[in-house]
Amino acid sequence: MSAQLPDPLAGGPVVAGDPVRADPTAFQRLRSQRRIRAEHIRDYGIVVFAIALFCYFWVASPVFFTYQNLLNILFQNATIGIAACAVTFTIIAGNFDLSLGSIFVLSEVLAAYAAVHMNVWWAFPVAIASGLVMGLINGLLVTKVGVNAFLATLATALTFGGIAVGVTSGGLLITPTSSVFTFLGQHRADGIQYPVIIFAVVAIVLQLVLAYTVFGRHLYGVGDNRNAARLSGLKVDRTIIITFVLTGAACGLSGLIDASTTGSGSSDTSGLGGSLALLAIAGVALGGSSIFGGVGAVWRTVLGVLILGMITNGFDLLAVPDYWQNIVRGVLIIIAVSISLVVDRRR
Amino acid sequence: MSSPAVAPIRLVAIGKRYSGTKALDNVSVEVAGATVHALVGANGAGKSTLGKIVGGVIRPDEGQLFVDDRPVRYTSPREARTHGIATISQELSPMPNMSVIENVFFGIEPRRYGMVHRHRMRAQYDELIAQWGFELDGNAKVGALRTADQQKVEILRAVACDARVIVMDEPTSSLTSVETKTLHRMIRILVDNGRTIVYVSHFLDEVLELADTVTVLRSGRLVRTAPVAEETEESLVAGMFGAAAAAEHFEKPQGSTAPVILDVSGLNRKGVLRNISLQIRAGEIVGLAGLVGSGRSELARAITGADPIDSGTIAVDGAKRHIRTPADAMAAGMAFLPESRKDDGLFLELSLAANTTFADLGSVASRLGVLRLPVERGRTRTLLESLSVEPPAPSARAKSLSGGNQQKVLFARWLFRNPHVLILDEPTRGVDVAARAAIHRLINKLAAEGTAVLLISSEIEEVLGLAHRVLVMRRGSITREFSADPPMEAVMEAAFGLGGGTTS
Repeated sequence: MSAQLPDPLAGGPVVAGDPVRADPTAFQRLRSQRRIRAEHIRDYGIVVFAIALFCYFWVASPVFFTYQNLLNILFQNATIGIAACAVTFTIIAGNFDLSLGSIFVLSEVLAAYAAVHMNVWWAFPVAIASGLVMGLINGLLVTKVGVNAFLATLATALTFGGIAVGVTSGGLLITPTSSVFTFLGQHRADGIQYPVIIFAVVAIVLQLVLAYTVFGRHLYGVGDNRNAARLSGLKVDRTIIITFVLTGAACGLSGLIDASTTGSGSSDTSGLGGSLALLAIAGVALGGSSIFGGVGAVWRTVLGVLILGMITNGFDLLAVPDYWQNIVRGVLIIIAVSISLVVDRRR
Repeated sequence: MSSPAVAPIRLVAIGKRYSGTKALDNVSVEVAGATVHALVGANGAGKSTLGKIVGGVIRPDEGQLFVDDRPVRYTSPREARTHGIATISQELSPMPNMSVIENVFFGIEPRRYGMVHRHRMRAQYDELIAQWGFELDGNAKVGALRTADQQKVEILRAVACDARVIVMDEPTSSLTSVETKTLHRMIRILVDNGRTIVYVSHFLDEVLELADTVTVLRSGRLVRTAPVAEETEESLVAGMFGAAAAAEHFEKPQGSTAPVILDVSGLNRKGVLRNISLQIRAGEIVGLAGLVGSGRSELARAITGADPIDSGTIAVDGAKRHIRTPADAMAAGMAFLPESRKDDGLFLELSLAANTTFADLGSVASRLGVLRLPVERGRTRTLLESLSVEPPAPSARAKSLSGGNQQKVLFARWLFRNPHVLILDEPTRGVDVAARAAIHRLINKLAAEGTAVLLISSEIEEVLGLAHRVLVMRRGSITREFSADPPMEAVMEAAFGLGGGTTS
């Protein structure tokens, strides 16, 4: 989505020196060309960084660049990635969702509950539908009631998380050992884990929807200028609700995958459930989507999530102490966000 | 009562630019101490800007401000306050959840042991209102007060920190006539006690009644500074608008019998619009004149579903329409170009193509909602070229364009839909001369093709140059109607509520 001004001096090198100083318009053109370069860093610096990081780990660790390890990185980040790709929609439309982790946990628990108390097949629709309903609740709170998205989803996060603990009585729901249930999380197609395939499909579909459909365009419009979108005849509330519902459903899917992988439903928030929202949003921000809405892409989120995942994996391989991972992640996000702010302020 | 030093203010050759256009150009004014000095001018004449420069709210690009004959350069209203200059702005800025007393003494609270000394603050407050003869409950929450009382809080705040000069920017724009009288009484008391008031207003009757001296500005230039005794409302209006500016003038068809396209009747919105009825025929441009705050933009927003209405009917092409949202208005064939292209119009981060097609994406998408991007690009480019947008590049970002080109892009969005009714709120605000002329020709061409146009503009020349009929609004009602080419003075007098046929 990054549209650039045509470069006035494309093809011709700029020779700095007296001729430039003598001609004020040439100086301006030089300036504008430098500005375009800064925009390039802002828009594509993250791609260069991801490649550099990848090469560094490749050189530093003999294990990093092996088929199995790369597949592992994807597998370990599939659930975060699915949630992060969906929440990119919410964020581009100018909102926020802190309840990803709790929707994930409650969907997982309800899926396990359905598998235990009903037929294992029920786990699939229950997980997706419960995520969808929770997303709908978020969406209605934000649009129809008018609660600030940050607060609304913080509150629902607590509520959903609490319900999950209630359903499991604070423990685990062990699902019956059925290949129907564990198929998603524990099996492979042609050597590739199903969660990786699902992540890839979700990411590609969402990116295509965002870039090539009317709905995707509406998201950018709502996030960039809500008033203008409304005055252009868009039903803004409905668009926003759909983003929350999609995000909820995606978290339900992630929860289902996690339940299937572990063969249980856990309400324990010390695991992925507790950190999912922040990791997913960190991935979105690191990828370069604006937290204020209107700017961003799903492929950026995929890149952001994978950079965070590579850091975990690479640091483990290099035996760097754990705490360094979070320090580096935090600093990276600050640098990524600052670059875009600094570049925007110069204009 | 202590008599504070008189503070003469001198502004010498002040200049201020906003993104290329001159808001103030070589303006010199002397404000004598212990007087009310009014600044008047049309919208955009620079009167508020000048007031803000005195109050340190904005910094001039050129020229020098002298206080007590010493050159000063304020970087913030706070700094001006330490020199005894306080500003009471159009948008009052109290802390709504704090009490009146806490607001008045905010930042200058009497302290003991590092804590606010509430007793002494209370005593000082009582002393203050006794001294100035104000009536105001010190414990009331400021957010719950009426605008007039919030203004009192601001005035008290100014005198509490010993301000000698108080800049008031349109202080009566949201007051009733009784409240206005009270304010004027307070201002008199302040002046009798040696305070100086810089009074920015477009209510000429108030200025003549209240001020000692008046400075008239037009298009950022000084027209004159004169004692109020030498001025009348007519002389001020003449000074504010000068000889008719050379706006391009279009041929106007008379007595059209074309069908009525837009028929609005009995439109009401509490406190904003009163019993508005108007009709626009096919091919007709109806101009809507009036002061800022007269309800022009509110009328446009009400007709197009952007704001709710309490009662009234709207018919388009002879069919009555229930318009509750902008989508309803669009379905009825209306298009609305809002006043602020940045706040309500453009998607600044998105491409020109996205901006152009946003209101009618269905026409560049397959039935499943997949965009046909090459078609979108092609149609956008054609449209941008026909409007001579520079650059006509569908992939350029809206924010990289100049104001005039941005405005043309907004036109492109609505022309993309071929509307029957085009409602334009300030279509040439912040637009350069060339783009302005192009937009004027475009409006005229659209009308010639049969579009019904409602044109709102603060620039009277623009309305007179384009409109086939002119309606004048004042305080939420349409108070006058003129057929083609009325004299500018007559329209202005109607807008200011002078002359016959007014209701206020």
